[in-house]
Amino acid sequence: MADPLLRVEDLSLSFSTENGRRRILDRLSFELRSQEVVGLVGESGSGKTITALAIMGLLPPSAGIDEGRILFEGTDLLELSESQMRQMRGSRIAMIFQNPRSALNPLMRAGDQVARAVSLHHGLDGDDPYEVAIDLLRHVGISDAANRGRAYPHQLSGGMAQRVLIAIMLACQPRLLIADEPTTGLDVTIQAQIFELIDEVQADTGATLLLITHDLGVVSEICERVAVMYAGQIMEVATVGELFRNPKHPYTEMLMGSVLRVDRPRPLEEGTIVAPASIQYETAGCRYASRCPYVFEVCWESRPGATVFSDGHYGYCHRYDEDPA
Amino acid sequence: MEVSAPHREVRPLPGIRRLASRRPLLTLGISLIVALLLVAIFAPLLTPYGPTETNPAATYQPPSRAALFGTDKFGRDVFTRVVYAARLDLAIAASVAISAFVIGSVIGAFAGYYGGRVDDLVMRGVDVLFAFPAFILAMAITGVLGDSVRNVIIAIAVAYLPYFIRLTRSEVLSVRTSQFAEAAVSVGNPGWRVLLVHLLPNSVSPSLVQMALVFGWAILDAAGLAFLGLGITPPTAEWGVMVSEGAQRIISGEWWVWLFPGLAIVLAAFAFSIAGDGLRDLISTENR
Repeated sequence: MADPLLRVEDLSLSFSTENGRRRILDRLSFELRSQEVVGLVGESGSGKTITALAIMGLLPPSAGIDEGRILFEGTDLLELSESQMRQMRGSRIAMIFQNPRSALNPLMRAGDQVARAVSLHHGLDGDDPYEVAIDLLRHVGISDAANRGRAYPHQLSGGMAQRVLIAIMLACQPRLLIADEPTTGLDVTIQAQIFELIDEVQADTGATLLLITHDLGVVSEICERVAVMYAGQIMEVATVGELFRNPKHPYTEMLMGSVLRVDRPRPLEEGTIVAPASIQYETAGCRYASRCPYVFEVCWESRPGATVFSDGHYGYCHRYDEDPA
Repeated sequence: MEVSAPHREVRPLPGIRRLASRRPLLTLGISLIVALLLVAIFAPLLTPYGPTETNPAATYQPPSRAALFGTDKFGRDVFTRVVYAARLDLAIAASVAISAFVIGSVIGAFAGYYGGRVDDLVMRGVDVLFAFPAFILAMAITGVLGDSVRNVIIAIAVAYLPYFIRLTRSEVLSVRTSQFAEAAVSVGNPGWRVLLVHLLPNSVSPSLVQMALVFGWAILDAAGLAFLGLGITPPTAEWGVMVSEGAQRIISGEWWVWLFPGLAIVLAAFAFSIAGDGLRDLISTENR
């Protein structure tokens, strides 16, 4: 198999807090192959957004990388200088943010913001960047693009603003596109349209898409593979079909069980769902241990290694050890 | 059929009549400013005399139909001088307000954005400037630089620089964490461009209000300096110079020589001060 486009290896990251350093991401490893659509799922606070920011090199100053590598096309992004990283952003790796309306400059017309991205990444090769920008707006499904291009962000609806952001991404032509909960705050019908558009853009440009979400329905529809995160640790990685049919990790099982489905009655018995406890960041073992229904003694003491269930399906759980003591 | 998300129309700017009924002070301030500007622009049309034109035969004439505000010790027409002085004083105030705003905002924005040692250096400098009352500082700077209109502008602008630096810095500090700033970085914009194109324009509204206030203060300061004999000197037609000349005649009863330029200073300072207050209220109620 060809080298992956992005490979995150044993990435650990800590935040400085009043109570000393707290490890937020713990030995995170996963890879994205070229032109693949991968979902990164997990509940709020599981470190999904921080993972994305780490890849973009946009971590807040209080965050520090403890160990690990982020290899993009073979280069370790963590080794790059700020100006080298700037060359990567936009043109190689780009990101779509939550809350699209706040991701646009409120004082600049939508068309101008797209045009800036166009001229930033294509230089001046004859075409008027503004013309290109309006074409892009049309391309992402904005009707009456010439007029909407003159609108300020506060005059746009959330869905429209997200389309503008996607047009900016199109102008950048990145190899890797990270979409961080791109439909937060949009209503359901618009959400569906936006996901469809993102899916379309991915197929058109051949970019790799890392979709961060907690919507398993969306994951099942547009992703090929899924990585499940809990409290800054990867729990399980599998293809979408495998994960939904055959979840191995207790956390994934619970996650799947939490999806309400019309084709079966409420699947979980009383007591199967453990109330969210405060996350055990300090533990040397598995961070899910405090919520896990199958917890063993060893879960508190050591971090489980990877168990490969089938090709491309692996997870981190002591339950699958030879002899879980 | 193409389905599109709803598009909201721009709310039209409030009409003048609505503004006048809801913001009477702001309207009054702006009207006075406009009136002052018109007077300054059309000075030559308002009076048949020149600002430094003397008439030894008619010194210290009380107000009359020929000389509305009377004449001074050289027989110069006080009305003419008050009207022409509006040009100089407004020009000085505008230069001070604009240059302090532009330079102060840019310095403040850099300090806020880059932080660290640059920020420390700038902010300690601001503290030093703030330690002196603006007028005392302007006096000292004019004293060092020497008397000229340009030096008066520099002196007063420097004295008000810290206000703009501090305001813009704190705005940039809050705007830089906003998502559009992060998004601008994430598409590959270099830091300076994020700062100048995205952060600075979104950080200037408090400074714009401050600018209106500084405009009024600068008129007071320029006139004050001239009154003390610093900066602008006789025979220039300037309100402070005229009050200073008239002050020697308070006891002997030629009140028109100092009263009219004094009223002009009060009127101008008042106009900019209520306009500035009105703008601040407008911004804080409509935007926050």
